[in-house]
Amino acid sequence: MVLASFVTDPAFRNVLYILSFGLFIYGLSGLTGPKTAVRGNRIAAVGMAVAVVATLLVDDLNNALIILIGVIIGTAVGVPAARQVKMTQMPQMVALFNGVGGGAVALIAWVEFRSTDGFTDVPTYVAIFSVFAAIVGSVSFWGSNIAFAKLQGIIDGKSVSIGPLQTPVNALLALIALGCGVAIVAGQNDEYLILTLLLAAAALGNLLVLPIGGADMPVVISLLNAFTGLSAAATGVALDNTSLIVAGMIVGASGTLLTQQMARAMNRTITSVVAGGFGGTVEAIAGAEGADGGTVRSTSASDVAIQMAYARQVVVVPGYGMAVSQAQHAVREMAKLLEGKGVEVKYAIHPVAGRMPGHMNVLLAEADVPYEQLKEMDDINGEFARTDVSIVIGANDVTNPDARTKPDSPIYGMPILNVDESQSVIVLKRSMSSGYAGIENPLFFNPKTSMLFGDAKQSIADVTEELKAL
Amino acid sequence: MLITNLSILVLAGFVGYAVISKVPNTLHTPLMSGTNAIHGIVVLGGIILLVEGDAEGILNDVLLLVAVVFGTINVVGGFLVTDRMLDMFKQKPEPAALPEGESS
Repeated sequence: MVLASFVTDPAFRNVLYILSFGLFIYGLSGLTGPKTAVRGNRIAAVGMAVAVVATLLVDDLNNALIILIGVIIGTAVGVPAARQVKMTQMPQMVALFNGVGGGAVALIAWVEFRSTDGFTDVPTYVAIFSVFAAIVGSVSFWGSNIAFAKLQGIIDGKSVSIGPLQTPVNALLALIALGCGVAIVAGQNDEYLILTLLLAAAALGNLLVLPIGGADMPVVISLLNAFTGLSAAATGVALDNTSLIVAGMIVGASGTLLTQQMARAMNRTITSVVAGGFGGTVEAIAGAEGADGGTVRSTSASDVAIQMAYARQVVVVPGYGMAVSQAQHAVREMAKLLEGKGVEVKYAIHPVAGRMPGHMNVLLAEADVPYEQLKEMDDINGEFARTDVSIVIGANDVTNPDARTKPDSPIYGMPILNVDESQSVIVLKRSMSSGYAGIENPLFFNPKTSMLFGDAKQSIADVTEELKAL
Repeated sequence: MLITNLSILVLAGFVGYAVISKVPNTLHTPLMSGTNAIHGIVVLGGIILLVEGDAEGILNDVLLLVAVVFGTINVVGGFLVTDRMLDMFKQKPEPAALPEGESS
């Protein structure tokens, strides 16, 4: 009995919460290096378990059955999804997990509204933070679902826009949601208010992400991640739970930081990404193309093999195309053969290559590429000048020299990989269509460049066969 | 209470920023999916409301059940997938046979 009353003491619970967020922070600081990262993640998971157990340590546990059923269903859905997802599909998986988190936040805020009769008899700040959580959670849930649908190819990944009305409509929806929120905080307790708020935020979430093209996805996913984190922190303040506050804020900070870094890597502001400018402006420019009129040189797998076999240094530049054709294992095999012939192989990773921050690193790690060979943009850019062959696999916009030289290009000013400085460039590409952003890439017309058309994985496999035969 | 919580909120924001800014680009995907799992902690919010039992009625129960399901998916799926990913970043001994990739 003494033990029971000790365990269910609120002070003991709070100590467990402190322990849990301590474990979150300690675990996350392990993510700074590949050696400590696995352990760090597990430590954070232990922190989560501690927090959940702490919540259940109360004198009279109501609704235990509902909680149990919820946890069982959630586990039954989450575990197979996490086990089976392919590394190439990681961006959509993260978007989906992020979305359900946001959805949970919005639902919790809704129930709080209902159970307190529209926040009567609770401090005003509870109402304020709950309303904030409801709006942001709902935006995050629907936004993440759209991001998932785009990445999964359920809806068109390109920019879908409702034209010039976009910004006014978004502003109107935001105003509706805010207006309902203010009314709720001011003491109105009509349930239609919270429903309208949730629906307006839902529509806003949809409309915010729909116009965003695939190349901007790393920014959007980071942003939605930050949103869910902040809304979780707000829920924590409303429920007076320190563990929720700290965990939510850490995620909020991490998401914000990543969003900034991604936006900087594309030389775009977060607002311009959200406004969805890329898709719209680009089409006009792509239409006026062909004036450059350069010729494209096509090459064969055996030529590529010979060129690389006699190089001193080869730099592999992977992009989303490598993810799509799942070519990472084939690339690794080719690199091993080259290394066997004394060629130095490095990988140049642009921060926004792929569809989420660090996407390419995960794929190459899956294929057992040594961590040290993965070079970040700033480290590798100085090396292209003494690189014999750069092989660009399904990357496009991140190698586009227009970003340096052509002020009227939509990507002007974006930091790129200076692939064109190497002795020769080989571009693996499905066809001559332009990149995701729809921008023509003069690199393809550069006399140093030769193109190897076809599916990336198949092309790499062909080159590998030729290398073996050499 | 509010002031204490707000202090925690602000400090946690800065701690998060400081810790995360040390993570290299290479590990950004696992970082994102790891923090993603951590915000699944909102499952606590659903559990707290259920445990307190103030929210009565079938609709409240259903909404909270969905919230707990969502939160659990977020937590369990998030940590597992991060673990899988990070496992690949560990240096492995060179495998004798080459995996996949030899499709012809």
